[in-house]
Parts: sequence; C-alpha cells; structure tokens
Amino acid sequence: MALPVAFFAVFFAYPVAAIVARGLKVDGAWQLGRIGDVLAQSDIRHVLWFTTWQALASTVLTLLIALPGAYVFARFDFPGRHVLRAVVTVPFVLPTVVVGTAFLALVGRGGLLDDLWGVRLDTTVWAILLAHVFFNYAVVVRTVGGLWAQLDPRQEEAARMLGASRLRAWRKVTLPALAPAVAAAALMVFLFTFTSFGVVQILGGPTFSTLEVEIYRQTSEIFDLATAAVLTIVQFVAVGAILAVHAWTVRRRETALRLVDPSVTARRPRGAGQWSLLAGVLVSVLLLLVLPLAVLVQRSLDSPDFGYYRALTHDDGGTFLVPPIAAIGNSLEYAVAATAIAVVIGGLAAAALTRRDAGRLVRGFDALLMLPLGVSAVTVGFGFLISLDKPPVDLRSSWILVPLAQALVGVPFVVRTMLPVLRAVDGRLREAAAVLGASPWRVWREVDLPLVRRALLIAAGFAFAVSLGEFGATVFIARPDNPTLPVAVARLLSRPGDLNYGQAMALSAILMVVCAVALLVLERLRTDRTGEF
Amino acid sequence: MNTKKYCAVLVGLGLVTLSACGSGSDQSSGSGSDKTVTLVSHDSWAVSKNVLKDFEKQSGYTVKVLKDGDAGQAVNKAILTKDNPQGDVFFGVDNTLLSRALDNGLFQSYDAKGSATVKPAYRVDETKHRVTPIDTGDICVNYDKAYFSKHKLTPPASFADLVKPAYKNLLVTENAATSSPGLGFLLGSAAQFGDDGWQTYWKKLQANGVKVVDGWEQAYDQEFSGSAGGKKAGGDRPLVVSYASSPPAEVIYGDPKPTTAPTGVSYGTCFRQTEYAGLLSNAGNTKGGKAFIDFLLTKEFQQDMPLNMFVYPVIEGAQVPQEFVEYGRQAPDPETMAPAKIAANRDQWVKSWTSLVLK
Repeated sequence: MALPVAFFAVFFAYPVAAIVARGLKVDGAWQLGRIGDVLAQSDIRHVLWFTTWQALASTVLTLLIALPGAYVFARFDFPGRHVLRAVVTVPFVLPTVVVGTAFLALVGRGGLLDDLWGVRLDTTVWAILLAHVFFNYAVVVRTVGGLWAQLDPRQEEAARMLGASRLRAWRKVTLPALAPAVAAAALMVFLFTFTSFGVVQILGGPTFSTLEVEIYRQTSEIFDLATAAVLTIVQFVAVGAILAVHAWTVRRRETALRLVDPSVTARRPRGAGQWSLLAGVLVSVLLLLVLPLAVLVQRSLDSPDFGYYRALTHDDGGTFLVPPIAAIGNSLEYAVAATAIAVVIGGLAAAALTRRDAGRLVRGFDALLMLPLGVSAVTVGFGFLISLDKPPVDLRSSWILVPLAQALVGVPFVVRTMLPVLRAVDGRLREAAAVLGASPWRVWREVDLPLVRRALLIAAGFAFAVSLGEFGATVFIARPDNPTLPVAVARLLSRPGDLNYGQAMALSAILMVVCAVALLVLERLRTDRTGEF
Repeated sequence: MNTKKYCAVLVGLGLVTLSACGSGSDQSSGSGSDKTVTLVSHDSWAVSKNVLKDFEKQSGYTVKVLKDGDAGQAVNKAILTKDNPQGDVFFGVDNTLLSRALDNGLFQSYDAKGSATVKPAYRVDETKHRVTPIDTGDICVNYDKAYFSKHKLTPPASFADLVKPAYKNLLVTENAATSSPGLGFLLGSAAQFGDDGWQTYWKKLQANGVKVVDGWEQAYDQEFSGSAGGKKAGGDRPLVVSYASSPPAEVIYGDPKPTTAPTGVSYGTCFRQTEYAGLLSNAGNTKGGKAFIDFLLTKEFQQDMPLNMFVYPVIEGAQVPQEFVEYGRQAPDPETMAPAKIAANRDQWVKSWTSLVLK
C-alpha cells in the first residue's frame, strides 16, 4: 500500500498541485477569489455547459449503438467473433491525434460521406459525437458484454417456464443483473467524453471547447495560468464526483450473481430476428469503427511502392534528428517501462484493496487510483515539468519521465483488471493448502499465481497498449531526439507537404497494427472473469 | 494473509524499477555538462546535419535539441520552466510574443558576435540585447492557382480585396488565440486598418464567409484546395492564411515534384514575422549558449536555414536558395508593428477578436 500511495503522491498529486498553485498563488497567498471571477465569465460557463451536454449526448449515443453490440458479442457465436472483439477495442488505445485525422477524412470534406451523399460533418457536434462512439464502443462491449456472457440464461428460461412473458422475464431477471454494469459503463463513457481532448480539438474547430481543451488553451496558448488552474479544479471536482458514483456501482455489481462460463451461453444465432440483429451490429461496427481505420490505411498506401513507409527510414535531418522509424523503438521501450511500473503499482494497489481488513480509507483509494484517467493530461505534463525538476526528485531531463506519465494512465487499467480476479480467489483454497503443510510462499505460487497469472498478463497488455498511445502528457515531456510514435505522428502532421502527411499516415498505420496485435494476443489470454475494460 | 506475499514480490520488482530510474536520470541529464549545449525550440526547428556537425567540430560542443511543440507552446513552456530551464538557448520566440518572454524574464543579456551584420530592420531590444534576431518570414494569404484560372478570377491582392463579394466563402484562416499565423493575420489587419478599424474589417470578413479553424495544419493541409494535403483531403477553400514561403515548400516536398508552384501569394496581405533566439536565464552552460547564438548568425547557418525552416535570413549578404527565387519571394511591402504596440494590445485584441468572430 505504501508504494502506490507514495507513487501517486509524488508523480500525480504533487505535480498537479504545483501547477494549480502556480496559477492561483500570488506572492505566497492563495487567490481563491479568482475561482468566482473565472466561473462568472460567460465564455467559461459556455464551456462548462458544452462539456456536460456533449458528454451526456455521447454517452447516450454510445449506449444506443454499443449495447446491441455487447449483446451480440456476449450471446452469439459466429466465426471471427474474437478477432472482431479485438478490432472494436483498437480505437480505444489509438492516439487521439491519429483518430481525429482519420475521422476527418471520413466525415470531413472529400471524405466518404461527402463523396457518396455530399454529407459533411466536420466542425459540427455530430463529428465529435460519432468519434466518441468510435472511441468508447469497446468500453460498453467489454464492461456490459463481459458480464452478459456470464449470466446464466437458464434463469430467464426458468422465469418463462413459470409463465412470464419474454419481455417480463428479461425485465425481471436479466435487466436487474445487468443494470449495475450498464451504469458503470455509462459512467466510464461519460468520464472519457467529459474530459475529451484530442477529438474535440481536431474535429470541433475553434468554436467547440471542452474543459480539457480549454485548460490546454489557457495554459499552453493564452498563458492565463489562473484561469487554467480554476478549470483544473473544476474538472477535478467533477471527475471526483463521477468516480465516486462509479465506485458505488462497481461495488453493487460485485453482489453475488450466478455466473457461468461464457462459452456455454454463446450460441449460433437462430431465426430472422437474431440474424438481422447480428447483421445490424456488424454493419454498424464496419461503418463506425472499421471504416475510419481503413481510410487511414488507404491514405498511408497512397504512394507507389510503399513510398511513405520507405520514407520513414530516411534520416534527412528534417523533422527529427533521427529517422521517424526510430520512434517505433522508442515507443516500445517507453511502453515496456511504463507497463512494468503500472503493473507493480497497480498490482500492489489491487492486492491491498483485496484485503478483507481493508477499511474505508483503502476503499477511498480505489476511486483515487482512477483519477489520472480524468485529470487533464496537459496539467499532469506541465506539472511534471515544473515540479519534478529539483532534488529530491530531479527527473526533468531523464527518460523515465515519459514512462512515469504513461504509467499513471496505465495503473487504473491494471487495478480494474486485477481487482475482480484477486477478490474471487477463494480464501479456503489457501487455508486448505496451508493445512496440508504448504509454506506461505508455496501457497502463493501454487494457489494464487496460477489463478491471477492470466489476469496479470491481460492487465500488462492493456497498460502496454494504453502507454503506447498516450499523447497528451507525453507530448510535453517526450524528448525530441526520442519521440514516441504519437508524438512523431503529430509532428509530421504539423509540417507541410505530401510526404510528411503520408509518413504520418504510415506511422499511424504501424501504431494501429502494433496495438491490434497486442490486443489480439490479449483476446487469446482472456479469462472472461476479468476486467471492466 | 497471503496478499502480504504479493506485496513482497511486487515491492522487489518495484525496487528494481525505481533503481533503474535513478541510474537513468544520471546518464541523461545533459544541460549541466560543459561539453553539451542544449537548444530549446519549437517543432519547426531544423538544420542540415553537416552544418550542425561543423559547429560541433569547431566549437567542441555537442548540441542537444529539445523541440517543444508549436511556437506559442514552446515559449510558454520555457517561461514555466525558467527557474530550472531545460536548456541553455531558446530559439523561436517571434515578434508577436516577444513581450511575453521579455516581461517574464526568460532571457539574459548577450550581444552576439554577428549582431552588427543583422539588417537594421530586424533589430530589437538593442540596449539590453536579451534577444538576437535569427530569421524572418511573411504571413500572407496564399491562393490556389488552379481555382482562380478555372474561374477566370483575379486572385485578391490586398486586405481590402478579401471582403469583396467575388471572394465570398473562399478564405480560411487560423484562430488568432491559438495559432501564430492566425495572430499575425489579425495584427496585419490591425496595422492596415488601425486600432478602431480592424473590428469593422473583421465584421465584413465574417459577413463575406471567412472560415476560422484552430491551427495552420488544418487550414493549410485540410481546408485549402491548393496544397498537396488539402487536395487529398478535398479542401474547398482556395484562399488560406499561410506563409510567403509556402509555394516553394509545395514544390520541394511535392511527390512527384511539380515544375511550377501550384499556389501563389497575395503580397498585399502580408505581416512580417521575425524570430529571435536568446540565452536562457539560469542556463547551465552560458559559455556554450553564447557560442551557439553566435553560430546562428553565421553565414553558413543563415544560408542553410531557408530550405530547412522555410524562412529568410536576417544578415546582410546571405544567399537564398534557387527554389526561393524561382517559386516565391519576400513580400515587398509587408505590414509591421512595433513590439511595444503588440505588447500593449495583443491580449485585449485577441479577446475582442474571439468574441467578435468565434462566439
């Protein structure tokens, strides 16, 4: 417990507090009156309003589109199901800058919709909402679908046998069991869209701004640190509230349900209704999730003989001091280090949270661990720079800064994946082993390890993929001679000319493939009891 | 409880990780070393390898470059970290943001060796020498040649032309609050129409269908119909706020290379931008930093700069490359504005502009 707490204190709370203090402290005195001033501005209130309603709209839309998907993935057995399940997760770990550009190519001018029907959605709120669905589809499929697959269908059948109508049986049996998972998924989607950054920045144009985007603008472009600090606090409070509700729903979900192995609940679709549901879901996945990625790949190949890919190996002294391809190696190294940190910190935290004597304080820490997901990456990045630059923690010019920031985002995934599995380990197994004379070490090795090993691998895989795609904080602290993939993509995109643009597309495609492969491996490992993601 | 066991193992792992961090930071903290000079700049910083090697060979310093996002971001970040700066020299603060850097004490005085060769028009801060002018460029409206010849329309020549009905819904520009060409274009209009006139001008521009996007990349590579990226993205605005050096860039980065530039420049819409370098306050290696600033004013660097950063040299007698002569030129009579005036008005103007044009 001590290590995760120390980790979060030094690498999260301290940097964030430092940057807030920088904005709100004048000559050593807190200027808390600024909070009222900033919130009274009509521009800022507009941002708050827009942030909230677009998050609500995105959440509703995501649930509408993804819940049928969750059902199909949970209950239907069809060829390619596992591959497709991994495919829908790819968007979730892609860097926002890549996705934004790919989406613009789809719904923007000259995009597919434009070509076919003359429909353009760029700089409208629809582009933002659709991209949010693209990102968060997987959250619903994995959170709700994961549980749905384990609900025993015989319970519903029993209710029908006793005379309940199909609808009534579903409403009385399945819905109550599913509701907490739906609520948890909805809250996660709301959290991610409430703090949306890259998507809104790229697709929203200058008129749409979420809290996170506004924090970035105020800090990085307008240099109004006081306003940025106030907005950070506002976002902090809002995210804290969302997480508190989330923690509550998660706890409710852990009430005993009769769960079965998902492989018995899934079966081939029967009848026209089920087949058309399956077809509908496949079409929506194809249009919303696969198409933007396909446009990306198509553009990366839009040069004879893989010209854009070959250009990646050229060291022309232009954008970087190294060939862009070197970013792949950097990214992998950073991601491995970040994964190691995230697994250690997250694993320790999850272990501490599982202890039966864990008190309220520890449970509160559970929610706190999720905070990095919702707190502005920009704030964290800037905070790192101004706070970790003097002894005792002088890491400013160290490479470890990047993995540390990435690990912050990875830890929540590790905790969320490990927690249910650790909690499910039956204490009696350990006692039995101990009674039979096993040493504590042996008990751990023979009982616990085999049970959690797969979960640990999955957690590591997720942390790895998330680290690989992290952009917001990395862009401030990654060293230019060691750019990560997302940073390299953003840099290439910001330079004029075909070749740079094509190289950005090619690097994005590579990143996408690496993430997809990582996720496919995870699918093979999945134990199905694991995870809310 | 066996969770204790997990903890033991994980703590072990953790110590390995953390000790790795410790040794990592020792190896790579560079700015303290006398042999290394660290440059902090924006993303557009670029130099030919052999030119930089020459400097390293002659001076005995190793140059480390930290590119920190776009120009505004890099300046703001440098100010945030000025007590313990990331490097020794900062390059890339321009005349629109110069006052922010100077007022926040980002730089210390140094009169560079070549400062006498800098053309007088570009010199600033000559009493304190906190910054040294390095390059210059013009922010101008670019046009798509194909569009205008197809529609038998003359491209706009001036700020005033842009509000004419013939050019309705043709122009895309950048957010002045977040983008340096956007800010430059706003300042250009303010220089042209005066402190009171620019708001009326922007109302007319808005009535004439100007589109505002967040950054240069989106404006130029997505919305503009004349650039390679814009063509691909199906951009439909034939006028864009960009640079006078963008047409040569279209040729040089063209794939395949076109024989003539597909875009042109409306020279009556230009605002001149000058970029400066300075020795950072609290720099770890002031001696190396000074040597590096001297290097930035050498003929070798000044002549290497145009093809790398698409800007013009500031010293007397520096040659510009053939492509620059062939496919573009510097604006003959750009708008300019005194740094003090920019400093006094910038934030207020951007605020008024934002509520006028965006909200």
